[in-house]
Amino acid sequence: MAGVEVKELTISKALEFLEKGEINSVELTKAYLDSIKRIDSKIKSYLFVDEEGALKQAEEADKLRKNGKKALLLGIPLAIKDNICVKGSPTTCASKILENYIAPYDATVIERLKEAGAIFLGKTNMDEFAMGSSTENSAFFPTHNPWDLERVPGGSSGGSAAATSARLCLGALGSDTGGSIRQPACFCGVVGFKPTYGLVSRYGLVAFASSLDQIGPFANSVEDAALLLQVIAGHDPKDSTSAPVELPNFLEFIKENENTRFKIGLPREFFEGGVEKEIIDAIEEVVKALGKKHEIKEVSLPHTEYSVAVYYIIAPAEASSNLARYDGVKYGFRVKEGNLLSMYRKTRALGFGREVKRRIMLGTYALSAGYYDAFYLKASKVRTLIKKDFEKAFSEVDLLITPVSPTLPFRLGEKISDPLQMYLSDIFTIPVNLAGLPGLSVPIKVSSSGLPIALQIIGPHFKDHLVLTLGRQVEKEVDTKFIPPEI
Amino acid sequence: MSISIEEVLKIASLARLELSEEEAKNYSQELSQILDYFKKLESLDTSDVEPTFHAVRLETPFREDEVKEFEAKEELLANAPELHERSIVVPKVVKT
Repeated sequence: MAGVEVKELTISKALEFLEKGEINSVELTKAYLDSIKRIDSKIKSYLFVDEEGALKQAEEADKLRKNGKKALLLGIPLAIKDNICVKGSPTTCASKILENYIAPYDATVIERLKEAGAIFLGKTNMDEFAMGSSTENSAFFPTHNPWDLERVPGGSSGGSAAATSARLCLGALGSDTGGSIRQPACFCGVVGFKPTYGLVSRYGLVAFASSLDQIGPFANSVEDAALLLQVIAGHDPKDSTSAPVELPNFLEFIKENENTRFKIGLPREFFEGGVEKEIIDAIEEVVKALGKKHEIKEVSLPHTEYSVAVYYIIAPAEASSNLARYDGVKYGFRVKEGNLLSMYRKTRALGFGREVKRRIMLGTYALSAGYYDAFYLKASKVRTLIKKDFEKAFSEVDLLITPVSPTLPFRLGEKISDPLQMYLSDIFTIPVNLAGLPGLSVPIKVSSSGLPIALQIIGPHFKDHLVLTLGRQVEKEVDTKFIPPEI
Repeated sequence: MSISIEEVLKIASLARLELSEEEAKNYSQELSQILDYFKKLESLDTSDVEPTFHAVRLETPFREDEVKEFEAKEELLANAPELHERSIVVPKVVKT
């Protein structure tokens, strides 16, 4: 690929080169496979690389393009989080219990990406069953942050974020239950978007907490994220929570609205105590620049401080029920021993990792007789209060800007032995899932220690296009390329 | 709020998880700490608040009850831990 710098590529630039015939998809795919071979032994973002399959798909894409085929992602190599089913590929959720599981069908998002001509490089590492904020809970190995290999990439979609950041793919899919797209995007200096609950079908996504889970894209520009969203969004009869809404043309919309003014709210509670000063300063700098054009206003989300407690009751409760299906009977790992009950108990004891078991225990407790009202019902009521806070804020402003994470990426091992501390690092992303809102993480600065800093944009239900529009404006304002140092 | 080792073992049994003594001890400490944190919620009066189970309210969608063929039956079976011809083998569950 003479004259093409892979590190500088985005999906939209690559599509231009492909369209002009300056590169073909086989060359492009090989370039990413080569980078994976060269540096992924240090980052460990992939669990499984499908070299043969990817090259075959790339050849096919090149043929189709020659025959005049037009498709939104024709020949673009992507990575997929390992809790999303790709037919014929392992789908392990980074768990021993699914170590040998081969997906027998495609998730709806994968079907749609295939129709759009995308290439699948492989499956990315994650916290087991998407439970964690650092990718250290993978049953196989932790992933390292490309900006500093001694630090975590965030989680749970840490593999997808790290692969996008290190240019080991042009974009990726992840899933976000309490911040699992936005926090790793923030830690790795890439764009990560959690769409409105119901905008993207979850058919073929391994369920963790069904009232919170949502699939979304990682990319190296807001434009690319909008393009990926365009392909994967839309109603799907196979997911009963999928919303039958009209889709805007996201990419056109954000381009047409690059000068649109918004009323932007800063929720006071997201900037108080506990957030590292460098993060606050970086966000304030961007907000100040935005203030020249937009109206900035302080708002209040008074129940924010309860969101972690609410989440760590509701998500484990739903998980304990969803994960009941892993019993060693029809698929996955099985310990052959004794009667049926002891097979269940031993299979689950050895198949699940520590954090997954901890959450199953928490969730089972919260749902058990005598505790349901005090925990699950109480949390669901406080969830209403959190949702109403957002409704009130959005009656005053169009969009909100907040931090994504209270800290810069932490070191591997730093929080793993203290589950509560790990949980508290999700404080700014969790409320968005509880309320079902769209949330975008956009990188804005590299810290003095050389680590990425991001801000979060939150919008009302199904105003995903407005969130992305402001995201693109922030990106233009910041005007920095977030390329990690050479590895 | 403390949760005893006996209670931990009872929950583990409901969740079909076998725990070692060491694990049960650890979970008793960790869960107690986390449940303590949940106490925060008690300070809020929610007597007049309706619970939210789904953030985006949707009507239950209905469809005709039609059979649709699932193509990848062999791939499904290939994932089974133990097969006898096309049946999945499990430990005996009926008394003879």
